[in-house]
Amino acid sequence: MKILVCISHVPDTTSKINFVDDDTKFDVQGVQFVINPNDEFGLTRAMWLKEKQDASIDVINVGNQTSEPTLRKALAIGADRAIRINAEPIDGFFVAKQIAEFIKENPYDLIIAGRESIDYNGAMVPGLIAGFLNIDYVTNCTKLDIENGKATLDREIDGGKETLSGSLPIIIGGQKGLVEESDLRIPNMRGIMQARQKPLDTIEPFDFSPNTSTIKFHKPEPKQAVKLVDSDNLDELINLLHNEAKVL
Amino acid sequence: MAVLTYIESSNGKIKKSGFELASYACELAKQTNSSAIAITINCPDTSEIANYGIDKVLKVNSDSLNEFNAKLYSDVISQASTNFDCDRIVLSSSSDSKYLAPLLAAKIDASYLNNVISLPSNLNPFTVRRTAFTNKAFSDTSSSSKNIIIGLSNNSFGLVENSVSLSEEDFQVNLENSNLAVESTEKASGTISIADADIVVSAGRGMKGPENWNLIEDLANTLGAATACSKPVSDMGWRPHSEHVGQTGKPVATNLYIAIGISGAIQHLAGINSSKIKVVINNDPEAPFFKAADYGVVGDAFEVVPKLNEKLKEFNLQNS
Ligand SMILES: Cc1cc2nc3c(=O)[nH]c(=O)nc-3n(C[C@H](O)[C@H](O)[C@H](O)COP(=O)(O)OP(=O)(O)OC[C@H]3O[C@@H](n4cnc5c(N)ncnc54)[C@H](O)[C@@H]3O)c2cc1C
Ligand SMILES: Nc1ncnc2c1ncn2[C@@H]1O[C@H](COP(=O)(O)O)[C@@H](O)[C@H]1O
Repeated sequence: MKILVCISHVPDTTSKINFVDDDTKFDVQGVQFVINPNDEFGLTRAMWLKEKQDASIDVINVGNQTSEPTLRKALAIGADRAIRINAEPIDGFFVAKQIAEFIKENPYDLIIAGRESIDYNGAMVPGLIAGFLNIDYVTNCTKLDIENGKATLDREIDGGKETLSGSLPIIIGGQKGLVEESDLRIPNMRGIMQARQKPLDTIEPFDFSPNTSTIKFHKPEPKQAVKLVDSDNLDELINLLHNEAKVL
Repeated sequence: MAVLTYIESSNGKIKKSGFELASYACELAKQTNSSAIAITINCPDTSEIANYGIDKVLKVNSDSLNEFNAKLYSDVISQASTNFDCDRIVLSSSSDSKYLAPLLAAKIDASYLNNVISLPSNLNPFTVRRTAFTNKAFSDTSSSSKNIIIGLSNNSFGLVENSVSLSEEDFQVNLENSNLAVESTEKASGTISIADADIVVSAGRGMKGPENWNLIEDLANTLGAATACSKPVSDMGWRPHSEHVGQTGKPVATNLYIAIGISGAIQHLAGINSSKIKVVINNDPEAPFFKAADYGVVGDAFEVVPKLNEKLKEFNLQNS
């Protein structure tokens, strides 16, 4: 089984969010980048498939050279080969077109992406790829089992979950549940050494343009200080919620 | 050119989020001098959306659509948008609509703008404000595509009441087969889901153990609220995973979020930031949640929550 894991390279959640170039670009200065958490769950799930069911794992990123350490980390965790499509990931449409074109030339049985990336929260790349290639797609995926070319998956829905069955090839938007945090692997020395020998191929982008553009970023207004209400005066809290905030 | 909005239903009734979508679609149509059309799937009674300006609804009825299927549902919306020449499509931010949106975008060659919180500030190029970086920033994003799909953030626009008379039209669709089959569904019944709730009462490790959740449930009942929890609470199995909110859990965009015994870690806040009003109840005045909240009570949850519940019951009686 050939697995492709889509890896988005994102600022760690605790990063300070600032903008440069007249508020049109995210300020990367001093920011720690990580594998998008949803993709890390997916990569770990892929590792289990590899260990138990004889699969090969490629990882792919659309990005510039700064995402190479993130791809190396994916190799150190256990992926076999990394591919970087050498282009600025300007929007979800552009990224999805690039990955879809790549998959057209290099078919996979299973394509794992995250339900969303935590930077721009697009929640669209895997769905667009599925749409462009007419491959079955399940997102918010919290469980994935594959047996004899058949897939069984859980999808989180509002207020519960749904169990689905399908066949390969399939593309998923994964999240926590595929594996748990305690299952995530921190690359060890051996993994890191091996990763240096593994292929990290750079390919030039296919000829597509983004279909959106960011005019400007804004930061929220500084928050007003919290209004504290004494625990002996809860009528006041109800009054504020009713008359001031108008949410009761 | 027209605006199309897909209005979701559950158990044959329009979901509340549908009223906000209808309001947005009508205002958008006004701005662009066009008209707004709604589409529903297997929803017998659509009359209520006429209170929010929609005067035409396409009703799709088909047994093959009894269970949600993103591909088939996106086919339905795509066929309606083509038939009625709709170049703007407004969708909710429910998990189903977020699932079908990119499939629809690929099919009709549209730009998909999600997490939208405003009407366009400019029509040429079409520019809307969206949240980004898990609500730590906003992005004004534009698109020059002919077709644009707008994913509206829950509770970001509000309701615009405008009663009109509604014409209903049966809409026939051609459906392909899907390879994906729903084997089973587990849904908490009788409770309000976090996605549909106006008010969410959420509790954390400060509640000490699952046996104390009756306090949280009682308060939620009084408020007609959904219950939610922090990640450690679901990790320890005190509450079901479907209640876990935050960066790795469900996003919450509700009118009122009440956090009880939750410290306010950044990963928790990332998921609930776009809620309008946040109230924190915590016995530690230094808890980071106080920096993110609008109203706060410093106190022991075991005393404050039952007291607040009693006061709210009185309030409900006076206001009913
Ligand atoms: C990658 C990653 C992703 C994460 N994703 C999420 C996520 O999606 N959602 C999430 O919630 N967390 C997430 N976390 C965990 C997060 O960092 C915090 O650990 C977690 O939110 C803390 O939960 P808590 O507030 O319930 O518990 P604690 O931090 O233990 O806080 C308990 C609070 O209760 C208060 N308290 C104690 N007793 C009382 C009392 N009697 N009355 C009133 N208050 C009381 C305390 O003062 C304290 O503030 C994530 C962490 C990581 C690293
Ligand atoms: N630049 C990228 N390169 C590779 N995969 C990506 C990229 N951006 C997004 N993805 C994948 O698509 C998923 C959803 O991202 P998004 O649509 O941006 O929210 C991520 O979790 C990744 O798996």
